[in-house]
Amino acid sequence: MPKLETIAVAMSGGVDSSTVAAMLRAEGHNVIGLTMQLWNQRRLAGHEGMPETVTGRCCSLDDVYDARRVAEHIGIPYYVVNHEERFERDVVRPFVAEYLSGRTPIPCSLCNNHLKFDQLLVVAQQIGADCVATGHYARVEFDDARGRWMLKRPTDRSKDQTYFLFGLTQEQLSRTLFPLGEMTKPEVRELARKQGLALAEKPDSQEICFVPGGDYKRFIDAYLAERGEALPDTAGELVTASGEVIGGHSGIHNFTVGQRKGLGVATGSPLYVIQINGADKQVIVGDSEHLYSRTLRARRVNLIAIDDLREPMRVSVKIRHRHEPAAAVLEKTGGDEVLVTFDEPQRAITPGQAAVFYDADMVVGGAWIV
Amino acid sequence: MRRIYLDNNATTPVLPEVLEAMRPYFGEHFGNASSIHHHGQETRAAVERARDLVASLLGCRPAEIVFTSGGTESDNLAIAGLTSAGDHVITSCIEHHAVLNACKHLEDKGCEVTYVPVDGRGLVDPGDVRRALRPKTRLISIMMANNETGVLQPAEEIGKIAGEADVHFHIDGVQAAGKVAIDVKRIGCQALSISGHKMHAPQGVGALYVRAGTQLQPLFYGGRHERSRRAGTENVPGIVALGKAAELAMHGFERGDDKKISALRDRLQQGILAQIEAAGVNGDGAPRVPNTSNIYFDHVEGESMVISLDLKGMAVSTGAACSSGAIEPSHVLIAMGLRRDRARASIRFSLGKQNTADDIDLALALVPETIMRLRELSPGYTKTAVSS
Repeated sequence: MPKLETIAVAMSGGVDSSTVAAMLRAEGHNVIGLTMQLWNQRRLAGHEGMPETVTGRCCSLDDVYDARRVAEHIGIPYYVVNHEERFERDVVRPFVAEYLSGRTPIPCSLCNNHLKFDQLLVVAQQIGADCVATGHYARVEFDDARGRWMLKRPTDRSKDQTYFLFGLTQEQLSRTLFPLGEMTKPEVRELARKQGLALAEKPDSQEICFVPGGDYKRFIDAYLAERGEALPDTAGELVTASGEVIGGHSGIHNFTVGQRKGLGVATGSPLYVIQINGADKQVIVGDSEHLYSRTLRARRVNLIAIDDLREPMRVSVKIRHRHEPAAAVLEKTGGDEVLVTFDEPQRAITPGQAAVFYDADMVVGGAWIV
Repeated sequence: MRRIYLDNNATTPVLPEVLEAMRPYFGEHFGNASSIHHHGQETRAAVERARDLVASLLGCRPAEIVFTSGGTESDNLAIAGLTSAGDHVITSCIEHHAVLNACKHLEDKGCEVTYVPVDGRGLVDPGDVRRALRPKTRLISIMMANNETGVLQPAEEIGKIAGEADVHFHIDGVQAAGKVAIDVKRIGCQALSISGHKMHAPQGVGALYVRAGTQLQPLFYGGRHERSRRAGTENVPGIVALGKAAELAMHGFERGDDKKISALRDRLQQGILAQIEAAGVNGDGAPRVPNTSNIYFDHVEGESMVISLDLKGMAVSTGAACSSGAIEPSHVLIAMGLRRDRARASIRFSLGKQNTADDIDLALALVPETIMRLRELSPGYTKTAVSS
């Protein structure tokens, strides 16, 4: 029998976190359900290009309703905590600013670093919980030899969420539980059914929780309009890799590295966005082969498995969520910058995304691609 | 776990006498009060007895009472029912959302609305109301007691201004009824809202006083219930309960229940302030209803405070719950000029007739201990010397 603790469960109203709450409750822990209210989905409703009503989305009333019903069903206290101001400051505004600077951000990692494993841990501690459990697919364990908390890939590789968790500190990891780390999604659904959870068949959420329909361009327009801020003019030139100007573009925030469609120019061979130059508002285009690169630089490094990167290290590096980690050498080039040199060139290395370093199952650390 | 309920401004428990009074109207006395037969006559008589009692509580004639589904309906009926497109309305920025959003809706329908401010104590300045008057002003709607701070507004002075200007005056009396004596004639208002569940009757019943001779447009169209002012079959058990609660409130004033509650409230407030530094009463210096104390505790997140106390069995509240149940900083405290962090660090304690000295003793043990623990976890807090 594991030691019984007071555990706050971050409940989103989805199957995974609901099952976590039910599991821990069944094990006899003192469980408190918490849902973070992060974004008011009605806020931009009705703005141009935004849906009039939003249902079935993160922080929507439907999800809060589902989470509340689960809490009631398994018999735990449940609260919604409001972190809208912090979410807007630490996730939404950087998300908008990154796009307007020509980068492609990952809001989920920012949310994990600044909200779920920061603010929520604070609330959990304040209300007397020993730790926070979430429905992420990842494993956390203490390595006695290293004296460090380790983040590891989950049993169900298809659900691996460690890419979004690379920013967790030792302190955060020490107070975090990922009870689904050794389960597969079908097993989780089966457990949800066994626990009698009405939402056992609820579909997984996919897109960025605050961007309806995944249309980030419309979101940026509507968000700036609501705040009474003008959309900065980010229009500029479309330039080839050799420096030839072949046209204009509507704004750098409308482009992502690797993008092929919507360039507005017709040429013989397919053209791709190979680079976005924020300072000059240039979108650089080229052939498929120009998309491949052997190196990347990344900053704001967070190390998990080791305390410092003293000498070059062989790792596998993941450069976007849906990317198979590729063999590379990782080395420190400055106080807070690393250089990754891949064995084989990688396609569409995108500034704003994270580079996460793995040693087999273990997350060594990660940093933001520049 | 022993539970203490100090959130009576959210809702109150139905008193046993009230439950007893309404019980027969679910069973043996089930008639429709509009029916002409015996069953209808029985319930009609009960409704009218209740109307007499509510009228006595407010100092008006029974025919001036319209039963509704609660405070929100009463406020909406008064605001929509006393105005038409093109009118100007004056209200305050600390009203309950039942009034604020009804006024926002009027703006969508072609009315203009002035929201007068409050001072640091949470008081409306009658002079601001007077200065806001325009030739097109048709209605002034100001609350009698604020739900979050308990601060009593200068209703009689505003009533005088409304009378001189020949403008309708509606009072949201939801948080005042049963707590302080109300006399609609002295206030000089045309309409006054009350709610059953804020005064130990059940949820789902309320009333609106409408002065005789006042033209009121109904919200609902249907039968000629409530003298054609509120269509819909009467909620007889609820109305009977509201009548009983009104009767008990009047007895309570005679017995001095309000003084008993204010003594408990004062002991709670003083006990908390004596033990906890960097705390204070929101609305201090203004007249307040006897049961409410809204206290800020610097360097504490109100949300964590409410959850921590709930997990220990004590029910209080902070701010206003939005539709998800998350807490937003109180618009009332912000309007009083509190910084956002102080508004978020504020807790409302509100007592009811059921609370005892034991409840206060337990609260005085739980609250300081919880605040101290939260402050130890707060990065911005450093203990300073407290002068004893």
